[in-house]
Amino acid sequence: MTSVKTVHLSRTFKAKKKDGGGIVQALRDVSIEINKGEIFGVLGPNGAGKSTLIKILCTLLLPTEGKAYVAGYDVSRDYRKVQEKINMVSGGETSGYGLLTVRENLWMFSQMYNIPSKAAKENIDRLLKEFDLYEKRNERVRTLSTGMRQKMNMIRGFMTDPEIIFLDEPTLGLDVGASRIIRNFITEWIREHPERTVLLTTHYMAEAEELCDRIAIIDNGRVIALETPENLKKLVTTEFPFTMVATGVGHPERVRELVGNATWKENDEGALKFSMILEDESIIADLVSMIVEEKGKIIHITKREPTLEDVFIKLVGRGLD
Amino acid sequence: MSEMSAQSRGMRDVLLRNFRAMKGRAYPRIIGMNREPSWLFFDTLMPILSIAAFVYIYKAMNAPPQYIGYVIIGGAMTAYWMNVLWAMAAQLYWEKEIGNLQLYAIAPVSTMSVMAGMAVGGAFSTTIRAVSTILVGIMIFNVKFSMASPLLLTGIFVFTMIALYGMGMMFASLYMLWGREAWHISEVLTEPVYLLSGFYFPVKYLGTGVATIAALIPLTLGLDGMRQLLFPYAGDGFIPATHELLILTVLSAIFLVLAHYFLNYMETLAKKEGRLTLRWQ
Ligand SMILES: Nc1ncnc2c1ncn2[C@@H]1O[C@H](COP(=O)(O)OP(=O)(O)OP(=O)(O)O)[C@@H](O)[C@H]1O
Ligand SMILES: [Mg+2]
Repeated sequence: MTSVKTVHLSRTFKAKKKDGGGIVQALRDVSIEINKGEIFGVLGPNGAGKSTLIKILCTLLLPTEGKAYVAGYDVSRDYRKVQEKINMVSGGETSGYGLLTVRENLWMFSQMYNIPSKAAKENIDRLLKEFDLYEKRNERVRTLSTGMRQKMNMIRGFMTDPEIIFLDEPTLGLDVGASRIIRNFITEWIREHPERTVLLTTHYMAEAEELCDRIAIIDNGRVIALETPENLKKLVTTEFPFTMVATGVGHPERVRELVGNATWKENDEGALKFSMILEDESIIADLVSMIVEEKGKIIHITKREPTLEDVFIKLVGRGLD
Repeated sequence: MSEMSAQSRGMRDVLLRNFRAMKGRAYPRIIGMNREPSWLFFDTLMPILSIAAFVYIYKAMNAPPQYIGYVIIGGAMTAYWMNVLWAMAAQLYWEKEIGNLQLYAIAPVSTMSVMAGMAVGGAFSTTIRAVSTILVGIMIFNVKFSMASPLLLTGIFVFTMIALYGMGMMFASLYMLWGREAWHISEVLTEPVYLLSGFYFPVKYLGTGVATIAALIPLTLGLDGMRQLLFPYAGDGFIPATHELLILTVLSAIFLVLAHYFLNYMETLAKKEGRLTLRWQ
């Protein structure tokens, strides 16, 4: 079942005069389909168009060309219907009123979603506990740290029980602890509600890899790849990066003769650490017998997995950040 | 038949939904604005100081005694004008900066009910201030009000509020479209409105022409009507209070309809141009 769909979606902006004027093409011909139950990631460098996509799907921005459907409704025409099904949380959000307490703020936003007060408060308390923020429920919002604030924002988004939630860089600038709580919450939430959908954008490769069922990599407003993390990584798995640590290897140059491109250096324990890229993994067997012949001892051999970072660099031609 | 009742249930749901939104948005104004006790000092004593200045000028001029009452009522009522200018008209600008505007915009309720919540909350908190100002004024300057027509008085007050806050909502959408420049309009409007709406003296003495133009500001007729009813013996009224009530009712309707129209227009335009959100968010 499709929950989000875009068809040849494009969006342009008039650039500011001080930026030289002209037209900025923020999204170009984006056609994607996101299914219920998916955590769908949008990964891209600064200015790629991630937030623009989310804003269009959240009814904050109209497309200049093409169509977008959320929960089956056209975001431009039936925006009220869309709004009943969604919520949105952005990283670094400073929403709310500083004079109110955490609980009061959340209650206030719940009232925009037609939730009876009592039910809203119960829901808020339950989520405050889940996000480890219950202790702070009666603190004024303006006294919260960045991490606490973002947890509050997450509760704001999830307390309305949306069918589809849009998270724009939800862990932006947070420490490891707060990020972990937020990521765990997202995966738990979709596990418990397999008919819901999460669309999240991120800068963090590891986050995309850990959370997402499928990832769209966008650059310059265009989707340049759309795959599961595993399949994306296959794009760069024609080479195999290996390291081998061994002791008692009298003639390390023989390793190079065998595999062609090995480099090595001695580590603190006097063992040699070899780095090599193998075009054919079967050569490992010959390597092992050669070391044994030399009366050396292999401590370990590891194959490094290609990361999404490798994929990204290959596709975009540069790293993130 | 069943279709009708489904329709009316749908209608009720929409009303309830928007009523909740209004209540939610009113809350921070009712609770938040009164949470720090320092408001008592700034929002009650400061107006009393400027009222006192005029009271002593009028005393020195040997003005009729009701003038002291006029100034107290005027001083209390201008609190609403400040609230409408700075906390209604300029408010959406703030809400956008903080990031609340986009959250209101994605919520399944009309922006009008969020604005109405601001208005109700703002009017409530300002009323606490206005009443304290009046009470302190009465105590210090020993003014006697007549309470001959409480119903008409209430009517005039209520429709002054609706018209005034309706105007505030209308300005709010214009301010959104004009951005920062609009701030200067608020600054420029503050003082002349004090003068035109008759904060210092009855508008009658501005002459019929000027007073008629000034009557477009709901505060003008509201103040004039309330003064007439509270000091019936003075005969300083511009036009009969019942007529003023009628005009205020019409102004209320006009401003509310215009506010609705402008808010819709502003929202659609902002969605086209990408102005509902801050660019870097
Ligand atoms: N309201 C706007 N007016 C003009 N240009 C805009 C507007 N919003 C976005 N843009 C431009 O559109 C492009 C895409 O912006 P967008 O915010 O979608 O990028 P992003 O992928 O979210 O980047 P980031 O990682 O920095 O958040 C950028 O070049 C940006 O400057
Ligand atoms: Mg962004």
